[in-house]
Amino acid sequence: MAQHQVNYASAGGLPVVLTSVDHLINWGRSNSLWPLTYGLACCAIEMMASGASRYDFDRMGVIFRASPRQADVMILAGTLTKKHAEFTRRLYDQMAEPKWVISMGSCANTGGMFNTYSIVQGVDRIVPVDIYLPGCAPRPETLQYAMMMLQQKIRRESANMNKNQKQRFI
Amino acid sequence: MRRYTPKDNVQKKAKYTDRFWVAPQVPREEVEEGSFFETVIDELKSNNIELLDFYVELGQLVIHIKPEDNVKTLKTLKEKSCFKMCSELSAIDYLAQDGEFEVFYQLLNLDKAQRARVITRIKEDQAIESVEKVYRMANFAEREMYDMFGIYVNNHSYLKRILMPDDWVGHPLRKTYPLQGDEHAQWYEVDKIFGKEYRDIIGPENRDPARVDRYDTQRFARVGHEVPFGADPELVDKTDTPIESRYSKTFLTDYTKGSKELENRR
Repeated sequence: MAQHQVNYASAGGLPVVLTSVDHLINWGRSNSLWPLTYGLACCAIEMMASGASRYDFDRMGVIFRASPRQADVMILAGTLTKKHAEFTRRLYDQMAEPKWVISMGSCANTGGMFNTYSIVQGVDRIVPVDIYLPGCAPRPETLQYAMMMLQQKIRRESANMNKNQKQRFI
Repeated sequence: MRRYTPKDNVQKKAKYTDRFWVAPQVPREEVEEGSFFETVIDELKSNNIELLDFYVELGQLVIHIKPEDNVKTLKTLKEKSCFKMCSELSAIDYLAQDGEFEVFYQLLNLDKAQRARVITRIKEDQAIESVEKVYRMANFAEREMYDMFGIYVNNHSYLKRILMPDDWVGHPLRKTYPLQGDEHAQWYEVDKIFGKEYRDIIGPENRDPARVDRYDTQRFARVGHEVPFGADPELVDKTDTPIESRYSKTFLTDYTKGSKELENRR
């Protein structure tokens, strides 16, 4: 008589993987980072190139989403003007926890060459930044590396978001 | 004997100054008789428009008028002299020199491929009449002029800031506006998003790109002297022991010499 149910106990091992819940949750989180489609300036061209077939972000589980409600990562790609800062913060607030921010390019990091009255001098004045990615503009490989660094960071963190409250003032 | 100059701050001073330097000026030519521009001038004069000055500059007709006549002048130029297109309209800040703004309208005759510029001067608190009824592009251009210079435009259909946010203070293209912004501009995003009480928490903008804060334990300010992320700044000096480099020795292989590392790779 055919045995349809596998008897694990007698087959030499239980279907058990021993790990901590933290590792399991972080494995899931870090391997499907969905960034928000949010290009602000020329860095967005490199971000789009990263998402397209040549550099292929999809193989890392990185799929761009058009809604902040579905996104985990906000890639701030480009120059952030003071007029637009309000809306950036609103999009960040609309993203569901857990959420991370990559500041891509010199302009987003420090204001870059726009040392003027109308540009936000570093997006960390507006949102808490996890990864600062230098370059003007950073190549797609660099953005992929930043994403891998973010994955490493997530894997180090506790899965309980309340525990790893960074020193967030903003 | 050569005049003595103190040598303590030689780098701050210009090494060479031209005493005979003359600011370059575009030559102004008379309007030629029998040319197209002369018919334009005649047309304006026959419509009782007072011309303060007119000349040809780089092949373009320049007409100075009174600010009250701007709509009448542009209407005449458009209808009689066929300047169908207004390619640009803005102002120049001469407040420091003359206490006046120069408002200019750059016109284009598409049939004859000729350009003309109408120039008028207004005081700081003086408004100018809108030319939106003559040229539709003046709608946006006058809004920009209002935004950037604070020149008020009468009878404009929707006079509102176009580039800067509505609650912005000041007019950025005035020569007196600081490049890095006044106090309102520097705190604009903080005030708007978090409120004024957050100014102390977030702190002023960093306008020096080379600034390194050695008490900042969050932002790579202490390369070679790393401390845990977000460590208490008070403890920074106490834990100030350089951490040995953790580079792989493979990277430090000297490839000019024969080495075991290299042979292993081969």
